[in-house]
Amino acid sequence: METAEKKIILQVDHLKQYFPVKKDSFFKPKAYVKAVDDISFELYEGETLSIVGESGCGKSTTGRAILRLDEPTDGKVHYMGQDILGLNKKEMRKLRGDLQVIFQDPFASLNPRQTVKQILNEAMAIQEVVDKPKRKDRMLELLGYVGLSAESLDRYPHEFSGGQRQRIGIARALAVDPKLIICDEAVSALDVSIQAQILNLLKNLQKQFKLTFLFISHDLSVVRHISDRVMVMYLGKVVEIAEKKELFDSPLHPYTQALLSSIPVPDPTLKRDRVILKGDVPSPIDPPRGCRFHTRCPFAVEKCKQEEPPLRELVKNHFVSCHIAEDLPV
Amino acid sequence: MNKKNKLILEVKGLKTHFTTKRGVSKAVDGIDFTLHKGETLGIVGESGCGKSMTSLSILRLIPSPPGKIAGGSVLFKGKDLVTMTEDEMRKIRGNEISMIFQEPMTSLNPVIPVGEQIAEALRLHQKMGKKAAWEKSVEMLKLVGIPSPEKRAKQEPFQLSGGMRQRVMIAMALACTPEVLIADEPTTALDVTIQAQILELIKELQTKIGMGVIMITHDLGVVAETCDKVAVMYAGNIVEHASTEQLFANPKHPYTQGLLNSLPKIHEDQDELITIDGSVPSPYNMPAGCRFASRCPYREDICITHQPNLINQSDGVKVRCWKYTDEWTGNRDKEGVI
Ligand SMILES: Nc1ncnc2c1ncn2[C@@H]1O[C@H](COP(=O)(O)OP(=O)(O)OP(=O)(O)O)[C@@H](O)[C@H]1O
Ligand SMILES: Nc1ncnc2c1ncn2[C@@H]1O[C@H](COP(=O)(O)OP(=O)(O)OP(=O)(O)O)[C@@H](O)[C@H]1O
Ligand code: SF4
Ligand SMILES: [Mg+2]
Ligand SMILES: [Mg+2]
Repeated sequence: METAEKKIILQVDHLKQYFPVKKDSFFKPKAYVKAVDDISFELYEGETLSIVGESGCGKSTTGRAILRLDEPTDGKVHYMGQDILGLNKKEMRKLRGDLQVIFQDPFASLNPRQTVKQILNEAMAIQEVVDKPKRKDRMLELLGYVGLSAESLDRYPHEFSGGQRQRIGIARALAVDPKLIICDEAVSALDVSIQAQILNLLKNLQKQFKLTFLFISHDLSVVRHISDRVMVMYLGKVVEIAEKKELFDSPLHPYTQALLSSIPVPDPTLKRDRVILKGDVPSPIDPPRGCRFHTRCPFAVEKCKQEEPPLRELVKNHFVSCHIAEDLPV
Repeated sequence: MNKKNKLILEVKGLKTHFTTKRGVSKAVDGIDFTLHKGETLGIVGESGCGKSMTSLSILRLIPSPPGKIAGGSVLFKGKDLVTMTEDEMRKIRGNEISMIFQEPMTSLNPVIPVGEQIAEALRLHQKMGKKAAWEKSVEMLKLVGIPSPEKRAKQEPFQLSGGMRQRVMIAMALACTPEVLIADEPTTALDVTIQAQILELIKELQTKIGMGVIMITHDLGVVAETCDKVAVMYAGNIVEHASTEQLFANPKHPYTQGLLNSLPKIHEDQDELITIDGSVPSPYNMPAGCRFASRCPYREDICITHQPNLINQSDGVKVRCWKYTDEWTGNRDKEGVI
């Protein structure tokens, strides 16, 4: 990414998403899952920003809140300067053509009563992107992209394998010529060769059409391949954000360091000890005070228990929220 | 792997076909493998090659119609599951053999709290009382690393994150300490730290109770770390069967070679990832010859006309490829085509 031509396509400010939890007793105060708790970031046109982080840290919730699939509790989201959260239903539906999502759970996101043809056709019809007579060709092209055969068109979602279903979701997202795609574990159910095919496809489309990706994945080798920048979340907060190479080469946050150390390596001769983080994973219902990571951090000092660390730009374009990031052993 | 360990599962010539108006789809087309106590067998292969259908067939959970076990047997401790009555099968399912399903939302009840669902399995199979089952259920959720398990147990699946739902499945599958665990992509939705914790938990149960594991995964890192042996599937067949070490050090089948080549390299920057050109044949219309032939860089005439068998090599590796037989001419090499 050239700095000179960077254009912000999506701006997220102080986004919060709280879900109410059932109370154990009438006398207790109302409790919330603070799934996303005041996060801000921006997305540049044509880039891939990945979100990584522990299960339940708020990655999918962030994606859903941006698209208003769940109405955010607080914060602002601007798409090309336009305040998304202020749009009415009709305006929002129109915008959905630009903003697509590939869901983590493909089965739940495909209508079981529609064939693949109907699914793709509906997407194209709503967004009015392809003229009716050309739709069939476009469908075949899309299926070809994701490695599915033409006979798939007349089949229903339950007649496919898990990975095939995931690819139907990808084809549907691409069908409407979107500008920004939120890919939530979009290739996680695919074997490496098909995965490679899809990743190459996404990269090529990005180059051709300046597509922007918000790429949620726990597969760090995929993240390393596809991203321009990487954002690390922990318990509803952003703890680190940097250019990909910088993040992988010199992670600054202790959580990121632990995360990178436990990547499984496809080499059976390398049976090694992994760093398994000690301590109970805290709950977003009742997050720890101070730095949310302090209960498991091997370097925590007194201050970490008291004060929440701000996100600081420690190195150029490399932000981290840790009180003692500059003093950590490398 | 200790060879003297007892055989618990033997799959012989298993075939699962789907009959639809488009014809017969041979999703699983003659699969053989064995599983011993405490052993982990990995199954890898291209999306759609029949991994999930193989495991669903073992538990007789194929949607029928249109699906049907069209041949073969599945011997569990000597008894054939294929011919068992549904009543007998119910006692085994989720108890002696349990499964972690690939898509949690398809197997969890969307409107029942997750803790309740696990407890129900315990009441049914382990004859536990209501309270004990609930407590064990919460304990299982804790074991799979779900924070605030008492609170989470009362939540419904949609209130959990993708990875939490997957762990609920895992907790449910492990709750009754099964003798065989079939894990279908058990860690796809999990980040590496929790993945490590789950794999550790499975390993613990293996050493403690000698659980045999069938690990279906496309994550070759997980295969390398957990499996004793690996079956590579392609278009409904096993095309290579080897110990994990052998498979990674010396992959024999051209598909296996292609698969290992496509791995994104974590320590290198590649602009374009390597893929295997072409695509799988339609399961409704399998070619007469080798099913990989249309994509294989080594292909000879015989590959197009005759299907190779899965043949034992001198090093114990089994491979389904003409290259490793006397029929192979090697002419293309000589002509310098490759
Ligand atoms: N109900 C059905 N009717 C017809 N064909 C089906 C049906 N269910 C599955 N199939 C086909 O059976 C084949 C094997 O599917 P299976 O789910 O076993 O694949 P898999 O190896 O688990 O793939 P993945 O890695 O994508 O999960 C696929 O080609 C699929 O399209
Ligand atoms: N509809 C909902 N109601 C209540 N709580 C919810 C809801 N959706 C998400 N949550 C909670 O919000 C938190 C964040 O969930 P989210 O799905 O964003 O996690 P994630 O980072 O995507 O995790 P994973 O990697 O497991 O998919 C979790 O604690 C989850 O239980
Ligand atoms: S049998 Fe022939 S086509 Fe098939 S994998 Fe071997 S060399 Fe390739
Ligand atoms: Mg998620
Ligand atoms: Mg599957």
